[in-house]
Amino acid sequence: MLYSKKVMEHIANPHNVGEIENADGVGEVGNAKCGDIMKMYIKVDDGVITDAKFKTFGCGSAFATSSMATDMIKGKPVTEALKLTNQAVVEALDGLPSVKIHCSVLAEQAVKAAVADYYQRQGTDPTPYIGTCDDQHSCPSCCQDH
Amino acid sequence: MKRFVYADHSATTRISESVMEAMLPYLKENYGNASSIYGLAGISEMALNRARSQVAKALHAQPEEIFFTSCGTESDNWAIKGYAQTMKKKGKTHIITTAVEHHAVLYTCKALEKEGFSVTYLPVDATGAITVQQVADAITGQTGLVSIMYANNEIGTIYPIAEIGALCRKRNIVFHTDAVQAVGNVPIDVKAQNIDMLSLSGHKLHAPKGIGALYVRRGVSPQPLLHGGGQERGKRPGTENVAFIVALGKAMEDAVNHIEEKTAKVSKLRDRLIDGILTGIPAVRLNGGRENRLCGNVNVSFEGIEGEGILLLLDAVGICASSGSACTSGALDPSHVLLAIGLPHSIAHGSLRLSLNEENTLEDVDYILSVLPPIIKRLRSMSPIWDEEKQRAVSA
Repeated sequence: MLYSKKVMEHIANPHNVGEIENADGVGEVGNAKCGDIMKMYIKVDDGVITDAKFKTFGCGSAFATSSMATDMIKGKPVTEALKLTNQAVVEALDGLPSVKIHCSVLAEQAVKAAVADYYQRQGTDPTPYIGTCDDQHSCPSCCQDH
Repeated sequence: MKRFVYADHSATTRISESVMEAMLPYLKENYGNASSIYGLAGISEMALNRARSQVAKALHAQPEEIFFTSCGTESDNWAIKGYAQTMKKKGKTHIITTAVEHHAVLYTCKALEKEGFSVTYLPVDATGAITVQQVADAITGQTGLVSIMYANNEIGTIYPIAEIGALCRKRNIVFHTDAVQAVGNVPIDVKAQNIDMLSLSGHKLHAPKGIGALYVRRGVSPQPLLHGGGQERGKRPGTENVAFIVALGKAMEDAVNHIEEKTAKVSKLRDRLIDGILTGIPAVRLNGGRENRLCGNVNVSFEGIEGEGILLLLDAVGICASSGSACTSGALDPSHVLLAIGLPHSIAHGSLRLSLNEENTLEDVDYILSVLPPIIKRLRSMSPIWDEEKQRAVSA
């Protein structure tokens, strides 16, 4: 199994690692049992994501997708960030091995969870924006039977 | 300074100079089919005979008890599936194995369960060990085969093979052992240890990938998996891979040569590495016991991080290693061995296996010990669960 050069760059030097104090939205998805947890922090100013950081417990592709996803939502309005798809993250990384695709799903979900948290803190019901998700803390692609 | 350190000898080894030298003439000028009648073929046939004797001698077996196969997996499949068919004719349908076997044994047993055989998977203790008493207690009137690995490929636990062999012989039950990780690391005597069938693989001991062997004691007859020509006394047909068989013969001879000195040297490196990791890095545990452990095996789990990240960052500084995390295999669950010794999923995901052999040096070990702690620290600094894990560890 080989990672693309771009993935390896993000693994060696991930962007946006860390936490944001007084974040406006925090989302955590995945669980330790599956081997993947992503925690994403966003700072929002006037509806625009001005900063995004993450912490990840997981494999190399989990780091790379967290790194890329935070890059991609920075400077974007939250409504735009919600349109981020795992497909777009994978493409931006020049592809992922097929067994690693579920890690990119997790990145998309982490962004959605952070934005949902932001809406809730604003006193807005996030459901119309992000739809319903049975359990933001589960990893739907790998942990259904645990 | 960056070095290249290969510390994944349980995965595979490089072809040694002596093996390469022995093998090359059979890839070049000596290409005859050993079954043919002319002189060129005779060279191949003699080479096969010599290799068979070398393998037999290394195991204290007779040459006619050695059958060449394509790999360790084939040997395991043949021994277990083949003997299951034989014992079925005698009305025996029960097999005993362990929960920590290599998948070549584990999944073969699972497949046999679907065919109506019953299998007992003996649980292991926290160090991965089993007792002879557990085997004795599992034996029923239906038991025809016991298959227990010689040494575990992940955590290095060495099993009481001679005692299990004696028990099986006394109870008239055939005993197979997957010795893929043990050959060359542990002195083996199939006669003294009452082993009826033994699987081994060439690429773990400096022969190429794609060659293995099964020792089958005279009088034991696993049904063949393949049917065809008369090669390997009709038990394993297919034109012999003469060059690789020559390589395996030489590799086996080298593997048992000076085995005591070799294992003593590697054990010292292993202990230095284990001690260095356990004292140099917080919240780490050794998987497998300190005793009855393969001389080159180090397997540790780091709390709060996942194994693949460790491997990628080690690779970036020139170190080859492996992990029992799910991510590294593409599987969803971490290693069945680490779960069997009682590790929670989150800790099993953070495992690292470093496997040394006689080619490793003190400098290799010290290099690993110099680069590993900062890698673990860095990954933990990026982990969302490290702080809580740490607090839990401190309060425990």
